[in-house]
Amino acid sequence: MPEAFLILILFQLLGSALQMVLHLPVPGPVIGMFLLAAALLWKRSRTRTDGPKASSFDTPALSSLSRTLIACLGLLFVPAGVGLVTQMPVLLANGLPIAVALFGSTLLGLMVTAFVMHRATHDRPSPERIPDTGGQVL
Amino acid sequence: MQSLSHTLHQIYARFLPEPNMETLFWLSVTLAVFALGVRLQIRLGRAPWANPVLFAIAFVALGLLVTETPYATYFESVKIINFLLGPATVALAIPLADSIRLVTRSLPAMTLALLAGSVTSVVSGIVLVLLLGGSHEVALSMAPKAVTTPIAIAITTQIGGIPALTAAFAILGGIIAAMIGETILRRLGITDWRAHGLAAGIAGSGIAAAQVAQRDPVGAAFAALGIGLNGLVTAIIVPLILYFLPG
Repeated sequence: MPEAFLILILFQLLGSALQMVLHLPVPGPVIGMFLLAAALLWKRSRTRTDGPKASSFDTPALSSLSRTLIACLGLLFVPAGVGLVTQMPVLLANGLPIAVALFGSTLLGLMVTAFVMHRATHDRPSPERIPDTGGQVL
Repeated sequence: MQSLSHTLHQIYARFLPEPNMETLFWLSVTLAVFALGVRLQIRLGRAPWANPVLFAIAFVALGLLVTETPYATYFESVKIINFLLGPATVALAIPLADSIRLVTRSLPAMTLALLAGSVTSVVSGIVLVLLLGGSHEVALSMAPKAVTTPIAIAITTQIGGIPALTAAFAILGGIIAAMIGETILRRLGITDWRAHGLAAGIAGSGIAAAQVAQRDPVGAAFAALGIGLNGLVTAIIVPLILYFLPG
């Protein structure tokens, strides 16, 4: 587990360093995510050709740590989210346009993205379908 | 000598544990309220609208109000939780690598959906605010709200919006998308995790992506892509759109 956490931190560090040096518009952790995905794929393509050799960082520990972190991703937004209280006066002063624009624009964005994606992929096999649970999640 | 040591201990006992106690207190409150929110959501038949992030934000905000604690003090106490967002974002690389075949296979569809979703999100945000009589500044702050917060703040600073307001819109938009997005998309007959994940990542950034990511690894992969790519695309198209939009 310490090695797995080290991998995540190192790739975040690498991403942040690249962002700083190259003045990229994308945040460090997001660059780190793409780099780690690329590194994992490269490692996997090599182990497939070299036979079943245990790779140095593509471990079950990394998978399980990633699952754990992603499972509580929502919690991690709470500290920043509470910052809404500092913006309450401005939000309430422009209440109606803000509420309507947030709802409308978010819904339109969701529907257009999903609809185009759905239309453009829909004749291909899509094995992973959401079981219809009647509006239930998790 | 003994009295000096006694005085020192008194000072220690009086002052040193205090910031530590505060940190522990607010960390406990945040974790407890979020855990309660998750239980409540499960109790309510796992309804998406019973979003535990919103629940936790509301209760912690109430707690700050009651105890008259400034937000800065609270954030200082729980910044370790906020810090974990970085490693958690990097961790999205694992589901992304795991579903790379699906990703490469739907690359053309993804590009189309990404462009359509980004433009819709930016333009509808600006237009709706202006139509309903909102100020120019609010409209500009609304433009990049669907993007992951650091990028959104960079864009809003560049075009003359208010960074703190954009951060608030990003969080509220994410909560809205997490609460009603999935139900609405399923009503439209969209049941594919790729579409759900990508839409959450593009229109709802982090909080909506979190909701999809914890349900399905393929959804997590496409949400991660949506967040990363939408950041890039929006950073490019917002200045372009503002150039063409009058006023």
